[in-house]
Amino acid sequence: MIPELGQFALILALCTAVVLAVVPLAGTITGHTGWMAMARPAAGAQAFFVSLAYACLTWSFVTHDFSVLYVANTSNTSLPLIYRLSGVWGGHEGSILFWCFISALWTAAVAVFSRSLPQVLLARVLSVLGFVSIGFLLFVLWTSNPFERLFPVPIDGASLNPLLQDPGMAIHPPMLYLGYVGFSVAFAFAVAALIGGQLDSATLRWMRPWTNIAWMFLTVGISLGSWWAYNELGWGGWWFWDPVENASFMPWLVGTALIHSLAASEKRGVFKAWTVLLAVLAFSLSLLGTFLVRSGVLTSVHSFAADPTRGLYILLFLGVVVGGSLLLYAVRAHKLTSTASFELLSRESALLVNNILLVVASAAVLLGTMYPLFVDALGYGKMSVGEQYFNAVFVPLMLPILLIVGLGAMLNWKRDKLSGRAVPLAVLGVASIVLAALLATQLLSFKMSAVASLSLAIWVTASTVYGIVHRLRNKRKRLSAVLHTPAAFWGMSIAHVGLAVFTVGVALTSIYTEEQTVRMELNDDHSVGGYSFTFTHLDEVRGANFDAIEARFAVSRGNAELGDISAQKRFYDVRQDTMTEAGIDAGLTRDLFIALGEPLDGGSAWSVRIQTKPFIRWIWLGTLFMAAGGLLAALDRRYRKVGVPSTTSDRTARPALRSDKNGQGSSASIPVTTRVSAPGGQTGL
Amino acid sequence: MNLLLKLLPLALFVALAGFLAKGLTLDPAELPSPLIDKPAPAFLVARLPRTPEHSAAQDFNSNELAGQVWVLNVWASWCGPCVQEHPYLVRLAQQRSVPLVGLNYKDQPADAQQWLARLGDPFTHLLDDRRGDVGLDWGVYGVPETFVIDHEGRVRYKHVGPVDEASLLEKLLPIIDELQNEAG
Repeated sequence: MIPELGQFALILALCTAVVLAVVPLAGTITGHTGWMAMARPAAGAQAFFVSLAYACLTWSFVTHDFSVLYVANTSNTSLPLIYRLSGVWGGHEGSILFWCFISALWTAAVAVFSRSLPQVLLARVLSVLGFVSIGFLLFVLWTSNPFERLFPVPIDGASLNPLLQDPGMAIHPPMLYLGYVGFSVAFAFAVAALIGGQLDSATLRWMRPWTNIAWMFLTVGISLGSWWAYNELGWGGWWFWDPVENASFMPWLVGTALIHSLAASEKRGVFKAWTVLLAVLAFSLSLLGTFLVRSGVLTSVHSFAADPTRGLYILLFLGVVVGGSLLLYAVRAHKLTSTASFELLSRESALLVNNILLVVASAAVLLGTMYPLFVDALGYGKMSVGEQYFNAVFVPLMLPILLIVGLGAMLNWKRDKLSGRAVPLAVLGVASIVLAALLATQLLSFKMSAVASLSLAIWVTASTVYGIVHRLRNKRKRLSAVLHTPAAFWGMSIAHVGLAVFTVGVALTSIYTEEQTVRMELNDDHSVGGYSFTFTHLDEVRGANFDAIEARFAVSRGNAELGDISAQKRFYDVRQDTMTEAGIDAGLTRDLFIALGEPLDGGSAWSVRIQTKPFIRWIWLGTLFMAAGGLLAALDRRYRKVGVPSTTSDRTARPALRSDKNGQGSSASIPVTTRVSAPGGQTGL
Repeated sequence: MNLLLKLLPLALFVALAGFLAKGLTLDPAELPSPLIDKPAPAFLVARLPRTPEHSAAQDFNSNELAGQVWVLNVWASWCGPCVQEHPYLVRLAQQRSVPLVGLNYKDQPADAQQWLARLGDPFTHLLDDRRGDVGLDWGVYGVPETFVIDHEGRVRYKHVGPVDEASLLEKLLPIIDELQNEAG
């Protein structure tokens, strides 16, 4: 009964999505206020029905209803509750339903938090979101129904892929989806702006927190994936340039460009068409990622459900959504003219250059990801694009980005003079290089590449600190100045420091990692990177739903005992999969990593992979900083005081005068309360 | 001009979508070998000494294996996925009595010997194809690749990329069993 209820709810959700996509948009064309007012209740109803469907599927998982095909395929009686809950999105059908669920929630959130927007704009935005929603709901109902029944009912299910039985991996997909789907909000605003032919700073300001939040989730999602790969795949690598990883990285790069371009558009009225294009691209790349993962066009270690019908459907959907919005862009973008001008030496220039570099980087990743397909489709045979390509293309693009991040943070908007800045710039630049050289030689060993990347990381940090000091320099009451500096500024600073921390992690890990694969018997010892590892124990261990062989190693450095590291080789019961659970001794300045390979000589010895990885934690520490910065920036009070049109002023209008106190007065020359004019819609309620 | 520039993203997308559509009709995992069901290229190649101390025995002639089912694995010490597939080759060698011929492809003998000393040596015959001549005859795209040859000397199956649990249990072992039954 419950699965049928879920199915029914899904169909109703599709109906409400159609209403949401059609009626309010028709209202904006005919000027019919009542139709436009349908947007918000329809968004609410859609969220209700999709949530109901999602709850029904979750119920089937919790109660082990193996008469549901999807549950039988992805769950099992011995699966712990937590993985039954995460198993709902552990397979193809459920993950698409999950996408719909998140999408419906985002749409509802837009409806709830957007009372202050002009009705026409809101109607357009929600209609676009409704349209995207139709696409995914149809996809679920048509090609990937999670409620399909199975008869005869199996006694037990096939269980969840053990790769996904890990807390990090359990929440990795939801985070990614929150990011992907989150970009649909910026996308909907961009399309609405193209339809309306205008994009004012109040709307841009309104887009910023949504984009920041989506970007934050995507950052967390990608980091979790990398973290999981490091812990679970047993190779000690943290990024593989796998097509599925690239699929999440491309929207991240464009999304990063978008949040910066949005800032410039909102504060200075520049790059409006570019911002709109980035918003369209960020979401398009999210959809493309879904296509790549779901269609089986590219091979990947993540190869999920590969099914050509599904691929064809997503491709058509992609064609309509992306092709349609890009066509709209080509026809309408000229309406979005930028009003302000800026000079060569200004923060705008720095942002623009980095924006372009980020988009180029994303295009390079896209090219590398798709190249095997291009070659194959043109009949030139088969080939694969490896890490070498990506590293060779990516690193040279990232270095100038770091340089300009630092520079941009120090420059003023609109125009800046070199005369006043040359000295601090030169001092910080030289100091960064000297400090980097000192640190590299003292802590590790001198390598040119390490000094170069460390200098850039220090440069980014130093310029961020300089930006903070510069901002507060003339304030008499320091403490109150700090308190009144907007959260967006602190968020930016934290995220930039995060970028520096991330750079240190990536550079030092890739330059100084030491790795050996050795054959070890019990009581053998082996030295890697100045640490000595002794193979002390070999035990059989029983886990919740797996057997494992656990090897223990005592670690020492010089005369100091550093404790034990245990590494496991797991054999999962139901699916008979083998998994390597690496043993990691984590530290802020280095990780010691041990993974068991295979038994040798009938089990008397093992091949053991030992690595010392300096500063690898800094990679995820950096991304954590970035995510925290994105979140903090999104929470800026300024975003909650959008200019209010008269129709809804009773609820949300707050005195705009307060905005001067939050310290924005000096840099933002645009009036904070911007009247949003909406053509043809303000007929009043 | 300006409009053309604005149409550029759309044009790029249309091109991309065209490739994606074409891609749907292709199978990325499929690497058809023109050799399937054709006689395996015969070769005469130097053996690779198992350790630096050993001196090489006489050259290996592929005709030695005529009349039996055998497996050719193309590998190299510089190849990451070879490490990944190695345990499955060990299992293959343990579970079936077929000659497992390891063709060490475009590699330095010293590196290859070290690699085998570290991970173990499952190969019945170890061959040194440091210039890649044999690999060229066999149409090797990349390493690792694994071929199954029947008792009449025909290539019957080709696996591209690292052998894993699934490909070992579902493909290689059943095919070897079937071919051995055919041979009687």
